[in-house]
Amino acid sequence: MARPLTPFLWTLFSAGGTVAALLYPAHFFLTGLAIPLGWVPDPGYGALHGLLVHPLTRLYLFVLVSLPLFHWAHRFRYTLYDGLQLKHLTALIAVLCYGTAFIGSATAGYTLWTMR
Amino acid sequence: MSAGAHYTPYHPKWYRRRVSVWWWMESPSYTGFVLRELSAVAVAFFAVVLVAQIRALARGPEAYARFTATLASPAVVVLSVVAFLFVFFHAITWFNLAPTAMVVRVRGKRVPDSAISGSNYAAWVVLSAAVAFLMLRG
Repeated sequence: MARPLTPFLWTLFSAGGTVAALLYPAHFFLTGLAIPLGWVPDPGYGALHGLLVHPLTRLYLFVLVSLPLFHWAHRFRYTLYDGLQLKHLTALIAVLCYGTAFIGSATAGYTLWTMR
Repeated sequence: MSAGAHYTPYHPKWYRRRVSVWWWMESPSYTGFVLRELSAVAVAFFAVVLVAQIRALARGPEAYARFTATLASPAVVVLSVVAFLFVFFHAITWFNLAPTAMVVRVRGKRVPDSAISGSNYAAWVVLSAAVAFLMLRG
């Protein structure tokens, strides 16, 4: 990984970690557990779709998906190095981690941009 | 410095103790560190759930009903509960480390650690309430 990129990737890691810490528990609890399991009344497709089409919501959701993905990429990359001692695979791991984060962000961005 | 000085920054042949892949099981603080690092996997898992939610909402009511049904299936619920605990662990450890990562000074005096992590926790409560209000107001 080119050295000048490192501070930038660390900034993404830090920003993504903050977004995930502040917002993921609430979103996860509601979307992943409370709504599908019926612990709270389901807002329903119409209400959520209505929220989603607002331009600010689209921007918010893009940030909510992409920054934490790059947070994961950065942290997981170093976990693989330290935990499994895979320093010799540096380039491959970096490409796979940041590449996955990029693909996830692009998928979210494309859907949010094109949906009606 | 004499002209003959030379630097040898890298010695691949020097002896290095082999470290077990399980080094992080040796002490609770190492294990805590690795669990904290692995919380990023749960963060990525939920990011993927969010992408699936966005795509389902974009496709229509049937796709969204399938998305909700998938999340309610027993295997996914078990996975979600474990991942949620890790995401929660990430949030706690992130707020507690915030004072170390970010030193704030006001008029030359360092703001106490508890004020920085405390303001993070306060923002967490406010934002969580806002998310719940916007999603559930019906």
